[in-house]
Amino acid sequence: MARIGVLALQGDFEKHSLMIEQLGHQAVAVKKKEHLSGCDRLIMPGGESTAILKLIDRLGMRDTLEEFIAGHPVLGTCAGLIMLAREADRLPAPPFAAIDIRVQRNAYGRQIDSFIDRIDVDFEGRKKQMEAVFIRAPKIVALGPEVRVMARHKQDVVLARQKHIMVATFHPELTADGALHDFFINKL
Amino acid sequence: MLEEQFKLKVGLAEMLKGGVIMDVTNADQAKIAEEAGAVAVMALERIPADIRADGGVARMSNPKMIKDIQKAVTIPVMAKCRIGHFAEAQVLQTLGIDFIDESEVLTPADEDNHIWKHDFKIPFVCGCRNLGEALRRISEGAAMIRTKGEAGSGNIVEAVRHMRRVQSEIKHVATLDKHERVAFAKNIGASLELVQYVGEHGKLPVPNFAAGGVATPADASLMMQLGAETVFVGSGIFKSSDPEARAKAIVTATTHYDDPDVVCKASESLGEAMPGIEISSIPENEMLQNRGW
Repeated sequence: MARIGVLALQGDFEKHSLMIEQLGHQAVAVKKKEHLSGCDRLIMPGGESTAILKLIDRLGMRDTLEEFIAGHPVLGTCAGLIMLAREADRLPAPPFAAIDIRVQRNAYGRQIDSFIDRIDVDFEGRKKQMEAVFIRAPKIVALGPEVRVMARHKQDVVLARQKHIMVATFHPELTADGALHDFFINKL
Repeated sequence: MLEEQFKLKVGLAEMLKGGVIMDVTNADQAKIAEEAGAVAVMALERIPADIRADGGVARMSNPKMIKDIQKAVTIPVMAKCRIGHFAEAQVLQTLGIDFIDESEVLTPADEDNHIWKHDFKIPFVCGCRNLGEALRRISEGAAMIRTKGEAGSGNIVEAVRHMRRVQSEIKHVATLDKHERVAFAKNIGASLELVQYVGEHGKLPVPNFAAGGVATPADASLMMQLGAETVFVGSGIFKSSDPEARAKAIVTATTHYDDPDVVCKASESLGEAMPGIEISSIPENEMLQNRGW
């Protein structure tokens, strides 16, 4: 059984924790840096990236998170993707630059432009269709040579991976399908 | 399609959990709120304390002001429309507002009917004082529920009353069997389907936030411990002596609501909180929470 930290400063961290528990693993809500010790992996959830980044710095968690991200598998969804990116627009503090992508925040527009669609995901050769929920979603507008594309929606890359870092512009935690979490826990 | 749309609406409410939503009346205040770590701002012309003091009819804000706030921040922007005023809601949808609050803080436009919120692509939040009222609003399409509290009072007592009431009714429904829930649904004037859902899951089908009287970091912590998933702060921030510091402190206290050390530190050197009003001194006909049903 894996012990998976879920950054729980703000956002839909409980949805990720539920998914982890449904898959038979232990979820740890990470609100302070000491909560990370003993975790094998980390999920950075959806929420408001500006608010979460502010809290990370205010609570003095940046160095510990940086160190953890350098050495452990990390999944970022939506706001989590923004925080793991090399570069994103209009952020109050620098992101963690753990994956070589440039991100445009709220790239589809406002809530009225949020949508749900089906996408084809490539789990290392095993193809699977998944429901993808895009809420005020960001877009990956540039990606480095090390980054592997796992899924697209129309032309846009919506799921990508660089070594032990995996990021999604959508919210797998808001659906009943645990395939992406399962891949993250068992294959990354 | 309707189901997908509702999923998207509740999805945005999920993203706001564990955060603080702040009332702002201009772009500068919105920036202060964002800087402090707010997860969203509520754009309105006058904060509830001033609406209460000024009297007169309180309406939807000027679209120009809402646009300025939308330009100033990247976090979601919410706005209020009057209860039952679906034309104001249509305008707010056209503006691309992220969440509409059909709010008792504004003067109601319809004393009998709330808005049929399923007709909109934008999610709605509505106030409640008890489970029946919460479930009626959800039936109409609300994707988020908040306690009404008593807006602009700076007094937490009504928000506590409403949150306690909702939570204890939820617990009660969970103890009833399916047969008993039919009579319960009839008595509270709510849909049987939703009452069965609450009984089976032990919670509302949409996120449940707190509003109406939050003025201090400890107020925010109290509401979170009572079961709120996010806190709205209206007059509490910009009616205090140091809005920036107070906004930050309430955000920190909301994240660490269950850690008194953090709430304690956040409460130090904040200057004066908003003055606040003793509820019994508010005449019955001026109680905002009695608007809507």
